[in-house]
Amino acid sequence: MIWILDITLLLFLVVCAIAAISIKDLLSAVIILSAYSLIMAIVWVEMQSVDVGFTEAAVGAGITTVLFIATLARTEGRSED
Amino acid sequence: MSGIQESIVIRTVVRIMVPFIQIFALYVIMHGASGPGGGFQGGVIFGAGIILYAMIYGHKEGKQRMSDKLNRILSSSGVAIFAVTGISCLVFGGMFLQYGVVPLLPDNPAVVSRLLIDVVEIGIGITVLAVMISLFFDVSPPETDEEELPASEEAGQ
Repeated sequence: MIWILDITLLLFLVVCAIAAISIKDLLSAVIILSAYSLIMAIVWVEMQSVDVGFTEAAVGAGITTVLFIATLARTEGRSED
Repeated sequence: MSGIQESIVIRTVVRIMVPFIQIFALYVIMHGASGPGGGFQGGVIFGAGIILYAMIYGHKEGKQRMSDKLNRILSSSGVAIFAVTGISCLVFGGMFLQYGVVPLLPDNPAVVSRLLIDVVEIGIGITVLAVMISLFFDVSPPETDEEELPASEEAGQ
């Protein structure tokens, strides 16, 4: 366990989470959510849970981003609230 | 979208990369019992390879490889593989998914167990890949006919 790496990753995680819910442009929010998933996958692997990290990287950063962007292409892509 | 789809770099890279993604997905599925990975992750990676192909080469090309009918057949046959493997254990007198009781190799139930775990993982992988691809095809917007090439891009080069 490298605690500086852990603290840095968790800090990035919090920043990404806050940015993803506060940004207005939905495409940017999706990309930030993908970055959140990637950092979360690194955190899982750092916590010796390779299997969960693998799933997070494949589903969270891969498929979910593609599905969100495909959905955004059918909408106007901006949040009202 | 059409600008991305016309780029020869992206088309070539995708065409080269998709077989490697699929080989990696098969590796992940087959090593699910002994290491990280498994049917779900491998199926997602396999589906992601085909989704990548369908994104770049268009829905029409993608559906030629992975039609709706094939999707339906695959997503139900994966569940069938899982169920048949589980219920065959019941038939031979064990619990659901208790692989050791199946008398494929009567003197070596551990090998049978390892074999049937792989069969179950393959079933999960087939279902997950088919469902992921059909999710993508259902969610992504239908294609417009791309008869007009962007003229500004031609002038820019």
